[in-house]
Amino acid sequence: MDALSIYARAKERFGDKILEIVEKKPDPWMVVDPKAIVEVCGWLKDDPEISMDCLSNQSGVDYKDRIEVVYHLFSYRHRHGAVLKVRLPRENAMVATVENLWKSANWLEREIYDLVGVTFEGHSDMRRILMPEDWPGHPLRKDFVEPLEYHGISTVRESPIIRLDTKKK
Amino acid sequence: MYFQFGVPLALTIIGMGFVAAMFGLQKLLAPRNPYARKLIPYECGEPPTGRAWINFNVRFYLVALIFVIFEVEVAFVYPVAAVYLDWVRRGNRLYALGEVAIFLAILFVGLLYVWVKHDLEWIKKIPE
Amino acid sequence: MPLLNTLPDYVLTTKTDEVINWMRKSSIWYMLFGLACCGIELMHTGGPRADLDRFGAVPRASARQSDLMIVAGTLTLKMALPTRLLYDQMPDPRYVISMGSCASCGGLFQLAYSVCDGVDKILPVDVYVPGCPPRPEALTEGLLKLQQKIMTERWLSKEPGRNGKAAA
Repeated sequence: MDALSIYARAKERFGDKILEIVEKKPDPWMVVDPKAIVEVCGWLKDDPEISMDCLSNQSGVDYKDRIEVVYHLFSYRHRHGAVLKVRLPRENAMVATVENLWKSANWLEREIYDLVGVTFEGHSDMRRILMPEDWPGHPLRKDFVEPLEYHGISTVRESPIIRLDTKKK
Repeated sequence: MYFQFGVPLALTIIGMGFVAAMFGLQKLLAPRNPYARKLIPYECGEPPTGRAWINFNVRFYLVALIFVIFEVEVAFVYPVAAVYLDWVRRGNRLYALGEVAIFLAILFVGLLYVWVKHDLEWIKKIPE
Repeated sequence: MPLLNTLPDYVLTTKTDEVINWMRKSSIWYMLFGLACCGIELMHTGGPRADLDRFGAVPRASARQSDLMIVAGTLTLKMALPTRLLYDQMPDPRYVISMGSCASCGGLFQLAYSVCDGVDKILPVDVYVPGCPPRPEALTEGLLKLQQKIMTERWLSKEPGRNGKAAA
């Protein structure tokens, strides 16, 4: 079954909760209402003809006006995949967790929280995974400003690359 | 008459002298720079957490105990083996064998007890 | 400690210093501190082809038993704090070799937010070995430079003063 038919079925079943279906090659995607994401993912996992039993990737993207969380689903049984997106506001970005459906979401959502700043409600262990526990800010946001020092270690070093650049001018 | 102990005496003196020289050199020349952060317990770079005195599993003690008992048993059997030929020549073969067999049998009963009580297994199965 | 750096420069004292330094340089035990790709080259340098063991340098896993710390790999800010603690827990006299460009100056990842640009921001470094990663021969050269540095240390004799004569 190709992705567009999966989206069509989801649209039949959920109606308004599927906000948009974008047909872009090679991977079309569908945009889902953040409040319904767990329901839609649960149906995609449990429906026997779709049976998405693997969350192969989950990542957060920071556009200037919104944050998106992208879910890449895959089915080992039927060998087809789907892409879901969720749009969130930049301040106070929150969405329900899909950890109870796919255990791999545990670390994937921790990474999104750490680097982009999206809080996942219902997550069993919502803390930073890559950056140190007391790091200020979320590094992969577009408005992230690097702190000048961390625990007394300055993060600034005159880079010879930049110096060579200025000399060429 | 006591000249045969001259060589071990020389060995002892030289050995102790060597160790003393090493320690003496260390006391005289080695740098000594202790400070608070150096002296905290080593925990692979993490700041140490928790107490150092914790309860450890009793099976370590049990294994060590069983080992010591049977080690001592082996140590007692060695002299018997060394003089056994003498006793055989004097015709007291069965007497010697019987003594050693009773000794080993008593300790074997202990081994059986430990075996049945599953103390020889490192990981015990919990009875369902 | 009472005799440290007290005697003037006689033949006996300087030669004793040389013997002590020769014994020390021939058995530098390094701490396995491979953090990233340079760690693979560190393992290769300790391996059979480019052997570090022929210089007496054996790897130790614990900081308490080593007198050289070869920082091999990118040092992130998260790892910098345990690294400083490990350096503090090494017994004196201790040395640090900064292996590779990431440990010397941040290397390829200098502009990243999570990278500590160079291990010399937190530790005093004795020898910098450039390379990405440095070949085993390059790391061996770094170790030999460290051995040359060790040979200049003074235990019985006094440290020389600024104009080359023994300090007062």
